[in-house]
Amino acid sequence: MTYLHNIGAYFLMIFEMFRKPTKWNVMKQLILKDIDDLIIGSLGIVAFISFFVGGVVTIQTALNIDNPLIPKYLVGFATRQSIILEFAPTFMSIIMAGKVGSFITSSIGTMRVTEQIDALEVMGINSLNYLVFPKFISLLLYPFVISIAMFLGILGGMAACVYGGFSTLQDYIVGIQNDFQTFHVTYAFIKTFVFAFVLATIPSFHGYYMKGGALEVGKASTTSFVWTSVVIIILNYLLTQMLLS
Amino acid sequence: MIEVNNLHKSFGDTEVLKGISTTFDKGKTNLIIGQSGSGKTVFLKCLLGLFEYEEGTIAYDGKIFSQLSEDEKRNIRADIGMVFQGSALFDSMTIAQNVMFPLQMFTKQSKSEMEDRVDFVLKRVNLPDAHNKMPSEASGGMQKRVAIARAIVNNPKYLFCDEPNSGLDPKTAIVIDNLIQEITDEYQITTVINSHDMNSVMEIGEKIVFLRLGLKAWEGSNKTIFKTDNEVVTDFVYSSNLFKKVRKMYLEENE
Repeated sequence: MTYLHNIGAYFLMIFEMFRKPTKWNVMKQLILKDIDDLIIGSLGIVAFISFFVGGVVTIQTALNIDNPLIPKYLVGFATRQSIILEFAPTFMSIIMAGKVGSFITSSIGTMRVTEQIDALEVMGINSLNYLVFPKFISLLLYPFVISIAMFLGILGGMAACVYGGFSTLQDYIVGIQNDFQTFHVTYAFIKTFVFAFVLATIPSFHGYYMKGGALEVGKASTTSFVWTSVVIIILNYLLTQMLLS
Repeated sequence: MIEVNNLHKSFGDTEVLKGISTTFDKGKTNLIIGQSGSGKTVFLKCLLGLFEYEEGTIAYDGKIFSQLSEDEKRNIRADIGMVFQGSALFDSMTIAQNVMFPLQMFTKQSKSEMEDRVDFVLKRVNLPDAHNKMPSEASGGMQKRVAIARAIVNNPKYLFCDEPNSGLDPKTAIVIDNLIQEITDEYQITTVINSHDMNSVMEIGEKIVFLRLGLKAWEGSNKTIFKTDNEVVTDFVYSSNLFKKVRKMYLEENE
């Protein structure tokens, strides 16, 4: 019953988020702040992880291709497919559930504990619109982060491939261009938009409706990470089934 | 003026407010007192519109809140200033930004007009140089004064304070009490204070509502509370030896 109640409350929260909009000149500042916190602030970790995971994917692929009949360019091909289809959109979103999701839950949860949300409500402000809507809008730029993850993942793969001596630069470039289907990028970005919505709303839900004190803020952050990850994985399966099969 | 009539509020099977009726007068500091668990905070949150109640009415200057449209409710909320127990300042904003926030949300004033108003209210609460500090850099007393400044910046008709003295030393608590009373008198606001602090009761309780187990057990002022024979009130208010002696002296002097 609790699960059903929470699912209902989550959808009501989303509905409420679009009602009674905050004044645009205030909202504009909130959106810019959230873009800085959630998007710009994530670029460093995204770049670092993407580059090195791209390299690891390439090394693993190259080491597992020991049949001399398999062309070397397949290393680049496999890296590109792994990065574009799954690593960048899905697994980067799981990492962002930890980074961005925890930030959202703990910041909104702390506002709940310290009565800042009550202060907004008393003033007649729709606190859900004030707090959650700017996060939702700023995370519409999330595909930009994932584009960078894709680019750097493939670049990291190239560096590992060439400097590790697994194949030549020409082979790698032929591989990443081989049988390229633009729909795969479209599929990745459709997933990214859906995950962006999940990343903005589920952590907000856990922060906004939390009860208790500082300890519960920590617990809410953990719960929010778990549920955001679970929902991303389930939606990833459903979207892949719908769009690629 | 705020009129409360037969207010009932329950959480599940537990009835917290059991039919409270009272009035809070304009231009007066009205205090709600009572033991922990007596329903003070729930009552205050009902007055603020943070809790919905099952039965009864709350009227703000004759307008019954539950019968108003959403826009009318929003207009009443824009006339409410609130000082929370923990101040509830927005910790991502400076003190000046905190005070300016209601103006940004509810007025069409230019930036310079808003800045002038913020300067004025910060001076009014004796914090003329605190504009650029973050709330975390301010002491408890300063935070309370900033919360009062934020509450009055938009010229509210109603000011609510939830235990404004909690966590403050006695001297700062008196400063805060006097500030609230001066502002109430100066701007003719209807002020409702939820308090545990007996000093506040004696100093600024122009009207006192005593709650016990969700019921109004007594109503009076800081003058009449000395003379009351209501044992429930005297047990609570004069629980310390100091206040017992003060009461005894007051009664002897006024015999």
